Amino acid sequence: MDMKASKKLGLKERYTLMTRDLAWTPTYQAVKDVFPLTEYEGIKIHDWDKFEDPFRMTMDSYWKYQAEKERKLYAIIDAFTQNNGHLGVTDARYINALKLFLTGITPVEYMAHRGFAHIGRQYPGAGPRVACLMQSLDEIRHAQTQIHSLSNYNKYYNGFQNWRHQHDRVWYLSVPKSFFDDAVSGGPFEYIIAIGFAFEYVLTNLLFVPFISGAAYNGDMGAMAFGFSAQSDESRHMTLGLEVIKFILEQDPANLPIVQAWIDKWFWRGYRVLTLVAMMMDYMLPKRVMSWKEAWEIYAEQNGGALFADLARYGIKVPKGWEQACKEKDHLSHLAWNTFYSYGMAAPFHTWAPSEKDMEWLSAKYPDTFDKYYRSLWTHYAREQAEGRRYYSTTLPMLCQICQIPMIFTEPDDPTKIAYRESDYKNIKYHFCSDGCKSIFDLEPGKYVQSWLPVHQIHQGNCFPSDVDPGKPGFNPLAEVLRWYRISDGIDNRDYADSPDKQNFETWRTQATGN
Amino acid sequence: MSNVFIAFQRNEETRAIIDAIVADNPQAVVSQQPAMVKIDAPGHMVIRKSTIEQELGREFDLQEMQVHLITLSGNIDETDDEFRLTWNQ
Repeated sequence: MDMKASKKLGLKERYTLMTRDLAWTPTYQAVKDVFPLTEYEGIKIHDWDKFEDPFRMTMDSYWKYQAEKERKLYAIIDAFTQNNGHLGVTDARYINALKLFLTGITPVEYMAHRGFAHIGRQYPGAGPRVACLMQSLDEIRHAQTQIHSLSNYNKYYNGFQNWRHQHDRVWYLSVPKSFFDDAVSGGPFEYIIAIGFAFEYVLTNLLFVPFISGAAYNGDMGAMAFGFSAQSDESRHMTLGLEVIKFILEQDPANLPIVQAWIDKWFWRGYRVLTLVAMMMDYMLPKRVMSWKEAWEIYAEQNGGALFADLARYGIKVPKGWEQACKEKDHLSHLAWNTFYSYGMAAPFHTWAPSEKDMEWLSAKYPDTFDKYYRSLWTHYAREQAEGRRYYSTTLPMLCQICQIPMIFTEPDDPTKIAYRESDYKNIKYHFCSDGCKSIFDLEPGKYVQSWLPVHQIHQGNCFPSDVDPGKPGFNPLAEVLRWYRISDGIDNRDYADSPDKQNFETWRTQATGN
Repeated sequence: MSNVFIAFQRNEETRAIIDAIVADNPQAVVSQQPAMVKIDAPGHMVIRKSTIEQELGREFDLQEMQVHLITLSGNIDETDDEFRLTWNQ
C-alpha cells in the first residue's frame, strides 16, 4: 500500500499545540478561585505563557519514551532475578546501602509525586502545569520501580521488610521525611524552588550519579537499572527547576529576595539530608567509585559554581551555607558513619568498622583529615570489638530542631569541637547543629516548633508498642522502641560481622559456585 | 569559563551519540565511568541530529536521547535538528 504521511509538525509547533493551546481561561469561576494559592507567597507572575519547557516535551512523546524506559527496566529486572542477581554483588555489606535507600529515599519519591501533582494543579500556566504533571508521574514511577527492583533482595536479606512502617518512625528516617514534609507544606512556589531547583538541580546528581554508578561497580544490576532509569527523568526535572527559577525572576524584580531566601533555606535543608549519602559513598560501598569529597567537588563546587555564575545576571547569589558545606566535605562522611556505628542497634541495617584496607583508601582520599582526626576512632572500635566488646551507645542523642540529625557536626573551623547553636522562642530553648539550621528556624519558628523529633518522642513515651507499661519493673526502653520500629534485634540490626545476612551470603555464594 | 556537561548510560546507542558529540565539539572531554559516560565542554555544547544519524546509520529523533540520559548541566535549547547546552557568563 502506498501511503504518504503529511509533513510532521516541528518540535516548537507541536509543543505550542499540545500544551498552551489546550489550556483555556475559566469563565464560570474567577481565575483566583480556580487557582487560590498563587498569591499568598508574594511571588508576582504577569504572564504565564512566558514559561516554555526547553525540551519541548509533549504528553504523547512523554508516554512513548517513558514506556520505552519501563520496557528496558523490567527486562533487566527479570534477567537480574532469574540469574540469582542477589549473589552477584561484591559483598553483602553493599546490600545495606540498599536498605538505607528503600527506607529513606523511596518513600520521599512518593511524596515528590504528591507534591508535584499538587503544585501542577495550582499553577495557572499550562507550560509548568504539564511539566509538573510529567514529573509527578515520574516520581511515582521511581517509587514503584525501586520497590519492584529491591523486592528481590527482600526475599533473601533482612531489614527490607518494614520499610514503609519504619519511614514514619525510625530516628534517622525522620531526616528525609521531615525534609519532604517541610517542602510539601510550603506554597506552590516555595515547593518548586525547594525540590525542583535546590534539590533536583543543585543536589540530586550527588545522590544518583555516584551511587548508581557505584551500584554498577558493585555488581548490582537491579539498583543500577532503576537508578539510571530514574535519573533519565531527572534531566527533565533539573531543567524544570532551572527554567522555573529563571521564569520567576524574569517576571518581576520583587521576586528576587523571596527566591534568594528559599534558595538559602533549601540548599541547606537538602545538603543536610545528603549526609546519609556521604557515608554511603565512603563507608558502605565495598568497591567505591569516588569519595564524597570528589563527588562534592565535581557536582557541587564545579557544577553548582557554574550554575550560580549563570544566575548572577538575575542578582542571585550562592546560597548562604555554601562555604560551610565546602569546608565540611572533609569531615561529613566520617562523622555520619561514626554515628551509625555507635547507634548500630537502633537501625534496620548493619554497620561495621572499616578494615585496614578501607582505611588506606580513606586516608588517600582524605589526606588532610582522616589520619589526623578519624583513624584512631576506628582502630579503637576495632580493638574493642576484637576483645568481645563491640561498642553500642545506649544513650539517646540530642537532635537538631531543623534537620533532625543528631548534633554530630563540628565547628566549620575547628574539627575537634561539636557545633551547638540555640534560639529562644516563647520561653523555650531550641537547639541546632549549625548556623544554617538556626537561621531557618529563626525565620519561621511557628512552623518548626511543631517538628516531630524522634528522641523527644521516645522520652515522652510515644514510641513504645501499646501493650507495654513503662512503669512496670524490668521495663526495657530500648527493646520496646525496637519492637515499635519492627526491628528484630540481632537479625536486622547490629554489626555486619555477627549478622545472619553475612552467614547466608557466604553459604549461598558457596552453593552457587559448585555442588 | 564553566563547563556544561551531559552524561549517558553506556550502551550501543550512546556510543554513536558520544562519537557524534566529539565530532561536533572539538573541545569536549569524555570521561568513562562505571556504566556511564560523562562529556564536559567549556561554555557550550551542541548535539546534532544529522551527525548522530551518520554515526548510527539510521534516522534518529533527538528526543530519543531521553531514554539514555543520566544528567546534564547548562541552559537547554532543543529543536528538531539540534540540542544545545550553554552557560551565559
